[in-house]
Amino acid sequence: MTNIEKYNEAFISSFGINEDALCGLEYQGIAQWDSVGHMQLIAALEEAFDIMFDTDDIIDLNSYERGKEILKKYEVEI
Amino acid sequence: MGINDFFFKKIEQYNDAIALVTDRGEQIAYSELVCRADKLAQNVGRRCLAFLACKNVAESVIGYVGCLRNGIVPVMVSADIDVELLNNLLESYHPAFIWAPDDKTEFAGTKVYEDGTYHLYKTDYEEDYVLGEDLTLLLTTSGSTGSPKLVRQTWKNIESNTHSIISYLGIISTDRAITTLPMNYTYGLSIINTHLCVGARIILTEATLMSKKFWDLLKEQEATTFGGVPYTYEILKKLRFGRMDLPSLRYLTQAGGKLVKEMAEEFNDICEEKGIQLIVMYGQTEATARMSYLPWSKAKSKAGSIGIAIPGGRFSLIDANGNEIKNPDEIGEMVYFGENVTLGYAESRKDLNNPDENHGELHTGDMAKKDVDGFYYVVGRKKRFLKLFGNRVNLDEVETLLKKQEIESVCTGRDDHLIIFITNKEQEQKTIDFIVNHTGISRGGFEVCFIESIPRSESGKVLYSALKVD
Repeated sequence: MTNIEKYNEAFISSFGINEDALCGLEYQGIAQWDSVGHMQLIAALEEAFDIMFDTDDIIDLNSYERGKEILKKYEVEI
Repeated sequence: MGINDFFFKKIEQYNDAIALVTDRGEQIAYSELVCRADKLAQNVGRRCLAFLACKNVAESVIGYVGCLRNGIVPVMVSADIDVELLNNLLESYHPAFIWAPDDKTEFAGTKVYEDGTYHLYKTDYEEDYVLGEDLTLLLTTSGSTGSPKLVRQTWKNIESNTHSIISYLGIISTDRAITTLPMNYTYGLSIINTHLCVGARIILTEATLMSKKFWDLLKEQEATTFGGVPYTYEILKKLRFGRMDLPSLRYLTQAGGKLVKEMAEEFNDICEEKGIQLIVMYGQTEATARMSYLPWSKAKSKAGSIGIAIPGGRFSLIDANGNEIKNPDEIGEMVYFGENVTLGYAESRKDLNNPDENHGELHTGDMAKKDVDGFYYVVGRKKRFLKLFGNRVNLDEVETLLKKQEIESVCTGRDDHLIIFITNKEQEQKTIDFIVNHTGISRGGFEVCFIESIPRSESGKVLYSALKVD
């Protein structure tokens, strides 16, 4: 899997949504992305890329697009 | 003591002190809170039943204070309540008024008053019921997501529990609690009650612990405390709480379910290092809010314990025949005695004038043991025990054992049939092998099912009722 595929899969499996719902997706923008869903997403991303997020990045990762920028810090290019 | 001694009727004494701070930048003094609360109550005009759509915003607290100061009985529901459940509750209870945010169209009626973002609606339900004399507040029970069952609380229950909590937590007027729990949930509400009672400050926010906004507000407003359910602590762990710089925090509380011993120990260490106290507590809506607490001085030596009964309360353990258990370390159902034990349930408006059914004695439905020093340990819900081929199996314990194997699971079932739901399909064989080899449960006594994710309530509790076998 490419990085973008892994990245998308983390969102899709955490929230049970389709790929076409990803663009523009924001924290609390859908029922599944609540604080419980956020924990699942963070865990899925950490596992997919074998990284460990800093606190600030966990609470800053508030949209599908923002997540891509944050991952750059962990040397993951999407 | 009469109703005029109820602390809500005396909070104007705090006058210019700030009662509420919100994430919209409002600062509301006690004098303003009382004024707006009483004005709302004047527009209701009489003792009656009202639905209060709760959010962690000023208007919601204003509505609550207005009701409790003026003998209006609120039914506390989430502003985000499921429409079907709301309609079920409305049909069952026929409230005369509804206080709700203006953008929530499922709350409706004739608009008679407004304050800020909330509207007061008059309904046209027939008021074919009587409110009991001491009835003050109605709360849903945390477990009943689908039923219209409410817990009937009196002002004496609230008065007693509030003072007890203030004394064992040492809450003072300089405290500033930031909201992390819904105010229609008894634990969240008890934090609001205790802080208003001593003239302290409440920082109201709808932001979750997962948002930057929450942590910025906590720092900016110098919150001294917040409460959390076990899931809150899992989030804090994930957020590397130990590495966060939060100098204003004085103490944290934990309730709403059992914090596993390892988590309790981990957070004891983190909090000790940061100079924060962590007070583990235990309670139920049926006991107003709190029944026990673990003093910080015993947090380490008694990690995993729910502590001792709160001031003014007492526990006893009973066996299957209802006899009191005297020996330490023997498991029985926990029974609580105290003035905070509520009147009982209501299933509909016809029950709102029912007498006190508990008489200060509550069978908690929780199984526990007491150690030689008198500290209590909850081992599980009475109904979370299954009898598998003659052996008692604690479903919570099975979940804990699997968690240690890094298997995320929830367990349910009936006698002679344990069902283990796992979220990772690939761990099915590992789960089966572990259960068979390490628990003594025979292969015929359980099945393993797969679910996408564990269903949880807004406070993070597992919704066992939502688990279905495919």
